[in-house]
Amino acid sequence: MSMQETLTDPLFKNNPIALQILGICSALAVTTSLRVTVVMCIALTLVTAFSSLFISSIRQFIPSSIRIIVQMTIIASLVIVVDQVLKAVAYDISKQLSVFVGLIITNCIVMGRAEAYAMKNPPIPSFIDGIGNGLGYSFVLLVVATVRELFGTGKLFGLEILPLVTEGGWYQANGLLLLPPSAFFLIGLLIWAIRSINTEQVEEPEFKIAHHDPAEERV
Amino acid sequence: MSANGEGLGRVVTVALGLCLVCSVVVSTAAVLLKPAQQANKTLDLKRNILMAAGLLDTSKSVEEQFEQVETRIVDLDQGRFVDGIDPAAFDQREAAKDPNQSRAIPTDKDVAKLVRREDQALVYLVRTQAGVLDKIILPIRGYGLWSTLYGFMALESDGNTVAGLGFYEHGETPGLGGEVDNPRWKSLWPGKQVYRDDQLSIQVLKGSVPAASDNAKWQVDGLSGATLTTKGVDNLVRYWLGDEGFKPLLDNLRRGEVS
Repeated sequence: MSMQETLTDPLFKNNPIALQILGICSALAVTTSLRVTVVMCIALTLVTAFSSLFISSIRQFIPSSIRIIVQMTIIASLVIVVDQVLKAVAYDISKQLSVFVGLIITNCIVMGRAEAYAMKNPPIPSFIDGIGNGLGYSFVLLVVATVRELFGTGKLFGLEILPLVTEGGWYQANGLLLLPPSAFFLIGLLIWAIRSINTEQVEEPEFKIAHHDPAEERV
Repeated sequence: MSANGEGLGRVVTVALGLCLVCSVVVSTAAVLLKPAQQANKTLDLKRNILMAAGLLDTSKSVEEQFEQVETRIVDLDQGRFVDGIDPAAFDQREAAKDPNQSRAIPTDKDVAKLVRREDQALVYLVRTQAGVLDKIILPIRGYGLWSTLYGFMALESDGNTVAGLGFYEHGETPGLGGEVDNPRWKSLWPGKQVYRDDQLSIQVLKGSVPAASDNAKWQVDGLSGATLTTKGVDNLVRYWLGDEGFKPLLDNLRRGEVS
């Protein structure tokens, strides 16, 4: 795989959320406002890229019996650093993200890339792979957040786009979009859209619905 | 991944080495960034105090504007200012947890679900040029739907008229309970009255205040779609302005016993 493919594949062809169905938790939690989402995306992309880079550069020394713990330690350290930096430079946003920055540690995408890619590939491709997957995650989050913030609050980045009825405008905000379940529907629709275009992503059904035969049931 | 050298020694060495490196990185970041974080936190608090009192002027720096604010410590039960403690060093949240500096709230009075209440609290006073008390800003907190809401309530010098209200920390649902941050909703507060014939009467209603209500001066619209947060705000405002909260101090202020 070329460097470019490593970077762009996770966007649509092998999207961590849409195809691998990883990292859904934070995709539901932080997508109510775009500003917060953008920061979360940057944080996750950085953590994924650098954790892959570091894990890959010491992959020859990691004993396989403790490799998961080693990966977790590196990821956790990076997340704490990111959290501290956010608190120091973007205090408002870190307040809104609160616990979700810390939860990047448990985001399956970061560990998934470490285990699946960084442990088997040299540092530079691993770094690119981390960026790519971070961007794939960001793509889905930004789409979901745009829809949720625009139709849930009539705003984008906190700026009024659709004037709300409650503020004297005409748009009646959809409260459901501000609750986590709405992100499920949006991600579902997005997966549907991506798989309609890239039909090779459609999975084989695990079960086939049999023809209904009442005579058989009587036996 | 190497297959060789999976011995115990190797495992321990790698684990120890990694932990050492990681802990150095993490603690360096924490120590280096601590001053900036602390400064952000104080600045945010000051901005929120000014905002609650409706004094925030974005063209001037927060620090500069905060100079007109006097920070005092008050004994909540007696309703008197306490001297001899440095307000800058006093951590009210820590005090609420410390058994020596707080007491358990009887369950029937614990409407804001705080469990413990500190004996002493911070208050912020704004004075006019002549030194006469203009506004008093009280820290308030209480449980909403998901989280504890922390905020400030500003009263005019009569200790009865609301000058403003704002929350600086909460985890309510954005767009629903999170609308406690909505400037339109917050603008409903200034001018409302807290006490009616010395009885705590302010309340946040579910829904809107009826236009013809006799009590409109003591009532504030609730947040639509956020019944529990509204209830929480009602509870915490009533708790902190009641006998358990700042009422003794406000009574003393009105009688002119403290200033």
